[in-house]
Amino acid sequence: MAYTEEELKKELETKEYEYGFYTDIESDTLPIGLSEEVVIAISKKKEEPDWMTHWRLEAYRHWKKMVEPEWANIHYKKPDFQAISYYSAPNKKPKYDSLDEVDPQLRETFQKLGIPIEEQKKLAGVAVDYVMDSVSVATTFKKTLAEKGIIFCSISEAIKEHPELVKKYLGTVVPRKDNFYAALNSAVFSDGSFCYIPKGVRCPMELSTYFRINQAGTGQFERTLVVADKGSYVSYLEGCTAPSRDENQLHAAVVELIALDDAEIKYSTVQNWFPGDKEGKGGVYNFVTKRGLCETNAKISWTQVETGSAITWKYPSCVLKGDNSIGEFYSIAVTNNHQQADTGTKMIHLGNNTRSTIISKGISAGHSQNSYRGLVQVGRRAKNARNFSQCDSLLMGNECGAHTFPYIEVNNSTAQIEHEATTSKIGEDQIFYCNQRGIETEKAIALIVNGFSKEVLNKLPMEFAVEAQKLLEISLEGSVG
Amino acid sequence: MELKEKLLASFMAFENQVDMDSPVHDIRSEAIRNFEEKGFPHRKMEAWKYTSLAPLQKVDFSLFPKEDSTLDYREVKQYFLHEIDTYKIVFIDGIYSSYLSETTHDGVDICLMSSALTKPMYRPIIDVYFNKIASREESLTTLNTAFTREGAYIYIPKNKAPRKPVEILHLSTGNEASLMLQPRNLIIAEENAELQVIERHQSLTTNEVLTNSVTEIFAGKDAIIDYYKVQTDHSTASLIDNTYIDQKTNSQVSVHTFSFGGKLTRNNLNFFQDGNHMNSILKGVTILGDKQHVDHHTLVHHQQPNCESHQDYKGIFGDQSTGVFNGKIIVDKIAQKTNAFQQNNNLLISDRASVNTKPQLEIFADDVKCSHGCTIGQLDQEALFYLRSRGIGKKEASALLMYAFANNVLESVRIPELKGRINRLIAEKLGVHLGFDL
Repeated sequence: MAYTEEELKKELETKEYEYGFYTDIESDTLPIGLSEEVVIAISKKKEEPDWMTHWRLEAYRHWKKMVEPEWANIHYKKPDFQAISYYSAPNKKPKYDSLDEVDPQLRETFQKLGIPIEEQKKLAGVAVDYVMDSVSVATTFKKTLAEKGIIFCSISEAIKEHPELVKKYLGTVVPRKDNFYAALNSAVFSDGSFCYIPKGVRCPMELSTYFRINQAGTGQFERTLVVADKGSYVSYLEGCTAPSRDENQLHAAVVELIALDDAEIKYSTVQNWFPGDKEGKGGVYNFVTKRGLCETNAKISWTQVETGSAITWKYPSCVLKGDNSIGEFYSIAVTNNHQQADTGTKMIHLGNNTRSTIISKGISAGHSQNSYRGLVQVGRRAKNARNFSQCDSLLMGNECGAHTFPYIEVNNSTAQIEHEATTSKIGEDQIFYCNQRGIETEKAIALIVNGFSKEVLNKLPMEFAVEAQKLLEISLEGSVG
Repeated sequence: MELKEKLLASFMAFENQVDMDSPVHDIRSEAIRNFEEKGFPHRKMEAWKYTSLAPLQKVDFSLFPKEDSTLDYREVKQYFLHEIDTYKIVFIDGIYSSYLSETTHDGVDICLMSSALTKPMYRPIIDVYFNKIASREESLTTLNTAFTREGAYIYIPKNKAPRKPVEILHLSTGNEASLMLQPRNLIIAEENAELQVIERHQSLTTNEVLTNSVTEIFAGKDAIIDYYKVQTDHSTASLIDNTYIDQKTNSQVSVHTFSFGGKLTRNNLNFFQDGNHMNSILKGVTILGDKQHVDHHTLVHHQQPNCESHQDYKGIFGDQSTGVFNGKIIVDKIAQKTNAFQQNNNLLISDRASVNTKPQLEIFADDVKCSHGCTIGQLDQEALFYLRSRGIGKKEASALLMYAFANNVLESVRIPELKGRINRLIAEKLGVHLGFDL
């Protein structure tokens, strides 16, 4: 490693200094409630230019006129939007002094996931030593990226440093008026990531929010914008397998992907937020709007592993605008106990010769409800569109439910659409077969679930896939008696 | 006046015409209140997302046709399945035609709803079955309930089967510039009974007709019912068909829907399985052209264990036609060992045709086998080339492939003469003569 501990420490200290205006904790949390003043205050806090403040305000005005959507197959107590504080600076004070103070249950999970001890500390919010693998990795990574001309920073930084790019692309794929939560996010988003890959550049590494340690705690209203310029390639990872105990009940993130001609974006998500306890109390409400735009010959691939959150409301979509563009969606959604998930995708075929693939695997256990909701739409002028969708559901126990709501709208006779869905349970014969060969039932189920999800797990970047496999196992623990 | 207001205003007049003391008086009043509150369904409602009734509501439909429409048998012979002997219940402009009909009370009752509703001897059966499974919430069903007066009434007692199939034929003469009909059918097959029914709506002129029909079917233990709906009306006729089926243990009910005609056709087909080891079969062939629109909404509700359901809908869409398929399967928590299959295949043969399909599964039991499949595509170019290279014309070749495509559904029609009739209707619709019957 080129860095010595000393240097690293120094650099990190100076980094802290950049965020100097956070120091006064008292003034960093805005009063509860949402109004134009609050939106302006957020914008001011982030030292944003005027155009951004106006942009937020307009979004807020639209949001005020909108009502919460109720069509999803989920039941929950609606959050009171006036009882939330819309801005609090990242908590930089460590919660614990040593790992021993952390909830033993959480620590056990870390162990099972095989997360290194130092990372465990960071994730649990323990004061960390500066010598930590991911830190040094992060800094060296930044250098390599800069050499290639890749911009990878927080969105607030991008608004200040690269306003021309942000102005050009922000809100073009997910307009502010798109839906209730997108409008809310546009008005109050606290932070998020921005990524720009220049023409013809192949990003040499997996970009991940996981490594951006200095931008931890981006908060409940995250905004992500990824722009891949002509002929470029990027693979982006979001979230991590470690369980995160976030106190924020409501999460409303917006992710926009723009793949210009011949570009390719691969976006992988692993979400494992607090799902609430066994009785279904608490847990995160996750209302996310994710959408990507494909120009000519471009490709966007969404891969997601959803195991956390009490409520998941999420439809990563692709607008296949350019000719020969490709959209892909691979998803595993696991619900246990009282979790509810309503997730799926939208594939909007507009250009000629566009192709899309949807593979969705739903696993429900306990008292949970798991829904796939998807739309495949072929426009009147979209010639030779091709879609293949497969939605499989696995039910464990007879208290849970699996639902599919696929919408298929075809307006062109050259389209070829296939959709199939199955629902089944783990066969007793399969378990018996494993038992017979000395594999205990818990392990056998993990084995079968992994097999069931393999098509999707294969699409994840290597290191993620290994963790995700273990995560599936943990999420379903105790669900089969 | 909008149609809703007109209907509400004429309800009083209608009540005066029918017997006020009839046991269904309260049911009617409750139903009209529900309709008044809800009105016609609109496109903002999930179940009506792809079908708009707005243009129909602007038409000034006549609700009470004149009583004296008579027709000569020769004029309408072609609409009957005249190759075989059948029982016939015929309505002309919604009014029963005893001249054209052939009913019976010999062991089984094949007669009229109006007599079943008014004669005391039917009272016990009406009390048990009438309006028991038809929705009391859905506005169009309650509209029909409110205006219940006429329709077919079929009662097959235990261990009986009528000697021949029953045809229910609704003819409209076009004596009125535009006419709205609301037939109401009640069909009961008791334990181990068997029944075959063919239902057809036909207008004789191109004057506008709107039919809002409700049929309640009860299949008792071990009963077998085959129901065929032939929808080949003029392109000025619209049909909203609401069918509710209740099945008991070991029964088997199949409904075949052949939709080739009509301007707007909406089929709401609802199966409620209330018993063990039964089978529900829903099949349909839809072939459309011009600006026709057909919307199939099916619901199969598995409420008990060990049952099966099979759905197979094929659609061929040409010109500017639009097709909708919305199939819903609900499996309750106790309905373990359910096997539910659903398939919807569509062929788009014109650039301006469109298909919207939404096969839906809602499953609450774990030990089940449920699947649905859905495809949208075109005729296989290579198959077409193969046929043409053997000297078969383009039109005939594609018709042949379309026959093959729809044949799965035709195969299970159990009245050979009806199968032949459907074949001819398909050939007519596709504008070809194949010279053979499938």
